Amino acid sequence: MKLSFTPEDEQFRGEIASWLQENLCGEFAELKFRGGPGDEHMFPEQRKGWEQKLAEGGWTCVSWPKQYGGRELSIEQQVIFYEEYARAGAPGRMGHIGDGLAGPTILAFGTEAQKQKYLPGILAGTEFWCQGYSEPGAGSDLANVKTKARFDEASGKWILNGQKVWTSLAHESDYCFVIARTDPESSAHKGLGFFLMKMDQPGITVRPIEQITGTSEFNEVFFDDAVCDADDIVGAPGEGWKVAMGLLGFERGVSTLGQQMAFQNELDEVIKLAKSRGADRDPALRQRIAQAHIGLKIMRYNSMRMLSGGADGSLQKEALIYKLYWASWHRDLGELAMDILGEDADILAGENYELSRLQSLFLFTRSDTIYGGTNEIQRNIIAERGLGMPREKRAS
Amino acid sequence: MEFAFNEEQLMIQESAESFLRDKSTSESIRRVMDTDTGYCPELWQSICQDMYWQAIHLPESCGGMGLGYVELLAVTEQMGRYLLCAPFFSSVALAANAILLAGSESQKQCYLSAIAEGKTATLAYSSSGSSQSFNHVVARCVADGDHYILNGDYQHVIDGASSEFLILAARDEQDDIQLFLVDGMSAGLEVQALPTMDQTRHRARLSASNLRLPASTRLSQFDNANTAFSAVLDLATIALAAEQVGLMQQLLDMAVAYTGERQQFNRPIASFQAIKHMAADMMLRTEVGRSAVYYAACIADEYLAGTGTSESLAEAASIAKAWCSESAFKNAADCLQMHGGVGFTWEYDVHLFFKRAKASEHFLGNSAQHRERIATMLLDEKRLFGNTPLFSDKKLVGAEK
Repeated sequence: MKLSFTPEDEQFRGEIASWLQENLCGEFAELKFRGGPGDEHMFPEQRKGWEQKLAEGGWTCVSWPKQYGGRELSIEQQVIFYEEYARAGAPGRMGHIGDGLAGPTILAFGTEAQKQKYLPGILAGTEFWCQGYSEPGAGSDLANVKTKARFDEASGKWILNGQKVWTSLAHESDYCFVIARTDPESSAHKGLGFFLMKMDQPGITVRPIEQITGTSEFNEVFFDDAVCDADDIVGAPGEGWKVAMGLLGFERGVSTLGQQMAFQNELDEVIKLAKSRGADRDPALRQRIAQAHIGLKIMRYNSMRMLSGGADGSLQKEALIYKLYWASWHRDLGELAMDILGEDADILAGENYELSRLQSLFLFTRSDTIYGGTNEIQRNIIAERGLGMPREKRAS
Repeated sequence: MEFAFNEEQLMIQESAESFLRDKSTSESIRRVMDTDTGYCPELWQSICQDMYWQAIHLPESCGGMGLGYVELLAVTEQMGRYLLCAPFFSSVALAANAILLAGSESQKQCYLSAIAEGKTATLAYSSSGSSQSFNHVVARCVADGDHYILNGDYQHVIDGASSEFLILAARDEQDDIQLFLVDGMSAGLEVQALPTMDQTRHRARLSASNLRLPASTRLSQFDNANTAFSAVLDLATIALAAEQVGLMQQLLDMAVAYTGERQQFNRPIASFQAIKHMAADMMLRTEVGRSAVYYAACIADEYLAGTGTSESLAEAASIAKAWCSESAFKNAADCLQMHGGVGFTWEYDVHLFFKRAKASEHFLGNSAQHRERIATMLLDEKRLFGNTPLFSDKKLVGAEK
């Protein structure tokens, strides 16, 4: 059992850190620490420009195989990349859905033609993606998909009708991957298809959702006879669930580890605030600040365990608890920030419901324990898969 | 990244697991916990001669195996899991670490070799528990020619009535901590065994009244004594946190097994979400605690190898103990609740774990105390290891004089 990264990895750390230092300046300086969760709606155009800057340096799609323009980084170096990215305060990635979700899915399940068509735009930071999974009636019950896909023999295209919800950055995206029912007689996870769709078409309407923060980064997406080419289904009709589940594996993967450095930035801000207000003398708040520090430290140790084991790709116990753990930690940090502010927590930064970074953190982190499997769903998964406890009887 | 047990460490863990599953059974625990010493001499002999756990992290020059803290904790975790009643924690986690950090070469040669051979020892340091400051030393020692005169009371000394050697901590005229190694039987201390709620770990009160000790009993390599003493306790704290992880794992396993068998309303109660969610939280606490303890084990190895700092050791120890103390008790409380009425009986083993969890929670500092220690590192100007070491509360010391 060892703690350290190899000298080669540390050299790599220096490489990405100095690239960021040299390039995250000038026109991009205003993007520092912006565009993260709760702030994703800010500076979209500038952040798209930043994606192209990253691409110039070869810093998009670092996990992809070299054959398709990636760096094929080891897991350790991917973690280092995300850590240094967050440490430098580089902005929330506009390209992360393409880079981390759509791309890996196409690489794993797509045809060669799909790879040639879609991967270059993601790699270059010029084409942006969003994901169409959740539906109004299907929150935690992800397989309860009602959106329908019908193959139109006349045009040779798929025609989609239905609605998706909680689609982040749909209004800034060029493409969407959509899960829809190809077999109208099917239910649950059978009879689904996985479609790659162009957003700019008459059959697709995007309507922003005004969130608890007063801002909108999530959207509703309506499909009214939206069209998808026959070549743009990933896997066979009916295999969509398999593709989607593979993708969720990517979502829970390594990029979430890099977020810990962003968490550290937030915790540092909370500690600074506590000191400046004298809250660091309050015994009860001292306990909670220490608990936040302890929680984040252990989050890192836990990730190190996740990275060390499971060469067979199996989901280990420390990986099963990860979402529940970090989401609860992050939510608690938001509450701590408000409790340090006391009554000042209620006073906004300005007119038009302008929130401070910490107010936004407090409000936005309520979503952490809901999306990507609520805390309650996580506990079911832990109990059933981690502990082998019996499944709940299904309502018939 | 190799933050996982290697093959050899896995073997050590597995052999500890199977040995203790066989030997530290419910019947054997219940048999020895009522005896004077609180352990079975034959089992202790078997551990020392066949398993050699007491020698894992002792230097080879002293008859030890020369392995590290990671290996030691792989075993300690299993001891917690099977609620081993043995003078292991006192002899190895407390006494051997004190000798390792404070003894001269010849003292190490003499006493670590004795521990490697299976002699028992413990460390006495704390006075009556103060909620303000844990682990503070209030006994005093004064030099008198080639002797020291020692005065003070030691409370809650683990295996204090049965250990063959005792290490006594006391403050000298400069307020520095000194450690004295004496024979447990003939030291001239007043020894009183204390009945304990957690019967799996025995404790005693020791009193020294003008105890005259030859200067040669002082562990003489104790430079920067207060920092080094903190390090001794930090090493012990990490071992205790490992025990707590084992405790948490066993409580989780017991809860899952029992609720899987227990039928109510024509279904196993494990199929109810209320039960499953409790179990999921128990697993989260266990795995997070395990991550903290493994990290602390690596930091302890760095410290013992001379490549780490006492600050990083203190931080890792407090992180692990802050998490594991509360978590082990919560797992115990949840496990008892999930057992329902039978969890409240003497017959079922849950109460043994429940009591150990509460006693371990406060031993070597509870979660709130370790969080406050982390808060000091994070928020306060005063350095943890400057002129005001954390483990000495001078105001309190002065007040008692």
